[in-house]
Amino acid sequence: MTVLEQPGAYRPTPPPGWQPRVDAAPLLPDAEPYRLLGTAAAADISPDLLIRLHRELVRGRRYNTQATALTRQGRLAVYPSSTGQEACQVAAGLVLEDRDWLFPSYRDTLAAVVRGLDPVDALTLLRGDWHSGYDPHTHRVAPLCTPLATQLPHAVGLAHAARLKGDDVVALALVGDGGTSEGDFHEALNFAAVWHAPVVFLVQNNGFAISVPLAKQTAAPSLAHKAVGYGMPGRLVDGNDAAAVHEVLAEAVRRARAGGGPTLVEAVTYRIEAHTNADDATRYRPDSEVEAWRAHDPIALLEEAMRDRHLLDDEGDRAARESAERLAADLRTRMHQDPVLDPMALFEHVYADRTSQLREQAAQLRAELDAEAADAGKGE
Amino acid sequence: MTTAVGTDTARKPATMAQALGRALRDAMAADPSVHVLGEDVGTLGGVFRITDGLAEEFGEDRCTDTPLAEAGILGTAVGMAMYGLRPVVEMQFDAFAYPSFEQLISHVSRMRNRTRGAMPMPITVRVPYGGGIGGVEHHSDSSEIYYMATPGLQVVAPATVADAYGLLRAAIASDDPVIFLEPKRLYWSKADWSADAPEQVPPIGRAVVRGPGSGGGRSATLISYGPSVPVCLEAAEAARAEGWDLEVVDLRSLVPFDDETVCASVRRTGRAVVVHESTGFGGPGGEIAARVTERCFHHLEAPVLRVAGFDIPYPPPMLERHHLPGVDRVLDAVARLQWESEWTEGSAV
Ligand SMILES: Cc1ncc(C[n+]2csc(CCOP(=O)(O)OP(=O)(O)O)c2C)c(N)n1
Repeated sequence: MTVLEQPGAYRPTPPPGWQPRVDAAPLLPDAEPYRLLGTAAAADISPDLLIRLHRELVRGRRYNTQATALTRQGRLAVYPSSTGQEACQVAAGLVLEDRDWLFPSYRDTLAAVVRGLDPVDALTLLRGDWHSGYDPHTHRVAPLCTPLATQLPHAVGLAHAARLKGDDVVALALVGDGGTSEGDFHEALNFAAVWHAPVVFLVQNNGFAISVPLAKQTAAPSLAHKAVGYGMPGRLVDGNDAAAVHEVLAEAVRRARAGGGPTLVEAVTYRIEAHTNADDATRYRPDSEVEAWRAHDPIALLEEAMRDRHLLDDEGDRAARESAERLAADLRTRMHQDPVLDPMALFEHVYADRTSQLREQAAQLRAELDAEAADAGKGE
Repeated sequence: MTTAVGTDTARKPATMAQALGRALRDAMAADPSVHVLGEDVGTLGGVFRITDGLAEEFGEDRCTDTPLAEAGILGTAVGMAMYGLRPVVEMQFDAFAYPSFEQLISHVSRMRNRTRGAMPMPITVRVPYGGGIGGVEHHSDSSEIYYMATPGLQVVAPATVADAYGLLRAAIASDDPVIFLEPKRLYWSKADWSADAPEQVPPIGRAVVRGPGSGGGRSATLISYGPSVPVCLEAAEAARAEGWDLEVVDLRSLVPFDDETVCASVRRTGRAVVVHESTGFGGPGGEIAARVTERCFHHLEAPVLRVAGFDIPYPPPMLERHHLPGVDRVLDAVARLQWESEWTEGSAV
């Protein structure tokens, strides 16, 4: 009888003495996404945290709507909105210590802003004036990453380096559900687990990679299940429950900092807007689906829980909304100014020292610009 | 099932994007072994809508939304080709094809050679490429040199609507892998092109002289392909006023390279400028200039010049106009072809 003919068997009998390296059970995610708001445990969340989450959620929603409006006014070339995903963004932006690092993708401007980045600087990539509008070291936020999943190995390497140097720094890397299909996702998780690196991976599962639904992306029981195969814990959380996302991330960060290795967190959420303003979502999903998710809005969920505990009154609500309006007004004003760009900057920072070829090309462009300016002068 | 896209058979304007879609559709209708796969190619019809309607017409097994993994897409295409299918792969943008380079370089390009001809790779890889559309970082790369440097790959770049149709049909029919570079900024360029009676396009590997010179005055050849061809045609028009008679050679195919057409033109005109938007240093122009010099040395009145993008990572959209070679830069190069009086060390750029 061959192995395959043995009833129930799908692999040969393990060699004598074979043991699984780790017990898989503690690594497995729960069957249901973890929720806090609306449960009895919500009574124990610190009021300060809830108030902070609320303020940032309200500001975050306003940031998203304002940035989207700027695309319509031609002030922003493109904006991948995180409306509906603010709970993930805010939790990711708040959960780290100053010395920790955040590795965002193009959709994660809000997380970077919550972490302290100037809201305009965070948008330069999308406005089109420079690829990264900030110094990553200032707030320890890596450049917003466009090629999918490629920032994940960077996060692992940085966390590993910090540990080699004896620093208790943690890296939090963000990726979408689609990005989990890339080879880099696999390699990053494997390195992280083998090196026991202090990294937390947060998958924002918003249901779609542009038009492709999760069912066509993976056949796994959940994305969090992928963790087990690498030997790290997988956690499944309601991505619209800001308190739950914050708690799960905070626990993963603590574990990583304490030398407990990496964690994969899957936050189940939804992309309310189209992929970007340039995408037509009606081609691949019905409005009814979007409406169902609108009813599970992260801000509404949090407000309900806070009102239950008398942590949010009309005045608190007004204060949060005023803060959001100030953010939006500031963004509008500053984004309506044309950025002043020097074309000669094209030749800066290609190398630490400019090559002779680049010096020649810079001289060529300088001459062209001077000629253009002279022509414009003549026209006046 | 071969239903015509339009009901009227008269010649009508169409865009390059529509011509590419039509080529895919016609190829799939003509040959059941043609399969389209990639990210968002099904329900959405691709982010540029090139594959619009294919999943509906031919089913999801023939036009497949894959998981988001370029190495996986091209790697599985290799296996599909091994089993007799003709995969047409869509890479969403130039810079997103890079994860697939391992498959491309280690397997797709050399499978025929390593199996002594037993296992050809009739794969077409469609890559929307190049700048000029205001795309954010990683959406505007000109990656042709990486492909050109890999033996076993054919590299094609159409510049006209008719060529887009004809070359894509030829690429899909080819028994060798073809990197099909689609100039994004020409996707919406229109032409008087009939989908029902498309112009005949010769096989891959033939260049064409566009706007042939009249043979009078000072003459030169502009050698180009893809998105820079319209720039050269405009420059040729503008140079006429200054007494220049410029021939524009549209290469259409970088590999194989049509030495014959290029050199015939350069021998006629005596001067040449290669124009492309990818970087100049180590770029395609160097290879082309060397070939022309080797074959036409005694006919040349001046060195072969190159007009290319700067040797920098592709810039952000607000600065790309300073990077992309435009008509003025081509005309400047043409002016420098008056070698005898003006060429000095200092004027070289
Ligand atoms: C390597 C790579 N391939 C393709 C793309 C084009 N692209 C940009 S976003 C996107 C979908 C990403 O979906 P997901 O990872 O779920 O993140 P989301 O946009 O939903 O936040 C694709 C295919 C890319 N940016 N990088």
